[in-house]
Amino acid sequence: MAKIKLSEKKIEELKVVCKSFNNDKGELINVLHSAQSIFGYLPAELQEVIAKELNVSVAHVYGVVTFYSFFTMIPKGEHPISICLGTACYVRGAEKVLEEFKRVLKIQVGETTADGKFSLSCLRCVGACGLAPVVLVGEKVYGRVSPDGVKDIVAEYNN
Amino acid sequence: MEMVKLTIDGKMVEVEKDTTILKAAKTIGIDIPTLCYFQLKDMNIENRPGGCRICVVEVVGRRNLAPACSTNVSKDMVVNTHSIRVLNARRTVLELILSDHPAECLTCAKSGYCELQTMAQQLGVRELPFQGEQSTYRKDTSPAIIRDVDKCIMCRRCEMMCNDVQTVGALSAVNRGFMAVVAPAFEMNLEKSPCTYCGQCVSVCPTGALTEVDHSRNVINALADPAKTVVVQTAPAVRAALGEEFGLAPGTLVTGKMVAALRRLGFNYVFDTDFAADLTIMEEGSELLDRLTRYLKGDKTVKLPILTSCCPGWVNFFEHNFPDLMDVPSTAKSPQQMFGPIAKEYFGKKLGIDRKNMIVVSIMPCLAKKYECQRDEFKVDGDPDVNYSLSTRELAHLIKFANIDFNSLPDEDFDNPLGESTGAGVIFANTGGVIEAACRTAYELYTGKKLEKVEFNELRGLENIRHATLDFNGLPINIGIAHGLGNARKLLEDVQAGKSLFHAIEIMACPGGCIGGGGQPFHHGDSEIIKQRAAAIYREDVGKPIRKSHENPFIIELYKEFLGKPLGEKSHQLLHTHYFDKSAGTFVDE
Repeated sequence: MAKIKLSEKKIEELKVVCKSFNNDKGELINVLHSAQSIFGYLPAELQEVIAKELNVSVAHVYGVVTFYSFFTMIPKGEHPISICLGTACYVRGAEKVLEEFKRVLKIQVGETTADGKFSLSCLRCVGACGLAPVVLVGEKVYGRVSPDGVKDIVAEYNN
Repeated sequence: MEMVKLTIDGKMVEVEKDTTILKAAKTIGIDIPTLCYFQLKDMNIENRPGGCRICVVEVVGRRNLAPACSTNVSKDMVVNTHSIRVLNARRTVLELILSDHPAECLTCAKSGYCELQTMAQQLGVRELPFQGEQSTYRKDTSPAIIRDVDKCIMCRRCEMMCNDVQTVGALSAVNRGFMAVVAPAFEMNLEKSPCTYCGQCVSVCPTGALTEVDHSRNVINALADPAKTVVVQTAPAVRAALGEEFGLAPGTLVTGKMVAALRRLGFNYVFDTDFAADLTIMEEGSELLDRLTRYLKGDKTVKLPILTSCCPGWVNFFEHNFPDLMDVPSTAKSPQQMFGPIAKEYFGKKLGIDRKNMIVVSIMPCLAKKYECQRDEFKVDGDPDVNYSLSTRELAHLIKFANIDFNSLPDEDFDNPLGESTGAGVIFANTGGVIEAACRTAYELYTGKKLEKVEFNELRGLENIRHATLDFNGLPINIGIAHGLGNARKLLEDVQAGKSLFHAIEIMACPGGCIGGGGQPFHHGDSEIIKQRAAAIYREDVGKPIRKSHENPFIIELYKEFLGKPLGEKSHQLLHTHYFDKSAGTFVDE
């Protein structure tokens, strides 16, 4: 694992958050939520800072991060792609669309492409069942996506 | 105290409120089987995550079965611990635990000592009806401890020891569901974690998930090599516990048989780490007096308290956690590491043996000693002062392997000159022992008077943190003692904050001291065993004709002939060390 440099400014912001929780080890999950919203993800170096601030072991912080699926140690891509696997989207072939994204981007769900451009995740229902199957790229919604259309969507962001 | 009456297996029992069903049952001779549950009574150590469900019992009126280890009794409760429903459920629970456990009992390092194996025997499991997916996690081998988490049953005992008792924080449960394992942060290898190799995780692991790195093969090879002179040293705590491996009662002293067995194994010289413990006292005791005298003269640069440095788990702990205090511990090496250079540079040279042709083996109650002897600063041109360190358990295996009937061996004596020791060297095994030994010598050297009563009972016992003030001819000396690294941390934080009132502090990483070390025969949570070992060590001390380190005739001769004086030039070169800051960059590679 290569060491990354965290932004000093963001670290200071995080320390203020820890302080607002009285640096209480019982608030670890809340601190992790805030940390993820500040940094976008929870890299190892960040977990070391949090462990120090709350006076718990790094192993414990890592244990909590890996237990809850909401927390991620992988930075999201520049264009996060989310595929809806809610009931309506699922019955209209969302899984095949997901498989095609995995094939085209050569990554699994929860991963980010090596160039940092795309990340892939799943979600449950965005409330647009009439458009099923639905794919989100960032804030933009794509409806009635078929596996054949996946390449075009990716191409839109690859220029 | 409010008492509660209830019925267990048809027997009435009255216990204090807030007692668990498990403990209530024990008071009337009912032993509910447990697996994840663990307790060292009177030592403030308990693990009851209620996770394994082996201890389930039927509580009349309650819909589901209750885990006895974590369910409190209530008034008029009716409990059945072996109804057919309980027996079936308990066996199914075990079968499910076994469904993803590697069936490697024949070759597993823990075979014969494994609590899961014992439980399968006890519950009469004769087939494995469930074939689950098997975990295939990488094996992690550190200098002292091997993690094979495929054999882990997630009892969390190691996690409790590492975090709650030792406050080391190397291990935590990570991931979830089937992927859950106990691991260091970021699932790095143990070697990259703040692990101190105290081995307490190994000493409580019910299965073969955590075991020691076994060096007995290397020792067998060395013994078979005619070009090598193989010298062995035995730590004080070993003689009070080795007998347990051969069916003797805990607390049986087997010093003479142990020496006889080592001789029959083929060691050329059977020496005693206790000799080196006496040497440690000469150096560490002199350092204490030196710092104290300078302090009393008003020297403000003197660091007090002085901390003992014989425990390698403790040394690792402060290198990781208190790098700002590295000038506080004594610079004296541990007895194991003092013995090495004396054997190779003094004894070996006297006999004309080149150090490369001498193999020094230590028998230790400890796993951190395995790491300690591999440290670079304890090598000369790549040749370690101590080549291999075996645990008490490994020695027992070696003796059985060599067809030696241990119990019928005669008592034999250590070889000289490095086998002669005093009672002061012996008590190093117990918490409080090192500082007691140091005080026996420091008192006489400081006051110039003879110490009439050598026992300092105020320094003995099993309380987590103890303190006493000794009278050095009108000068009050404040002594602190901690065993278990969590207790040590408390004393250290006081030192850090400048609040410590002690002149000297003794710290041992393991609960009870070396007698409770990570390399000792498994106690399976019976704290009586640890107490019996401690009592045996004090008996051995009483039986010694000489009980103060500075009166050991071979120590006196060693200084006269070779070392000069304590803290002298030669001593500094061979018997003292320095420490390293290991606090940074633990997890992430550059």
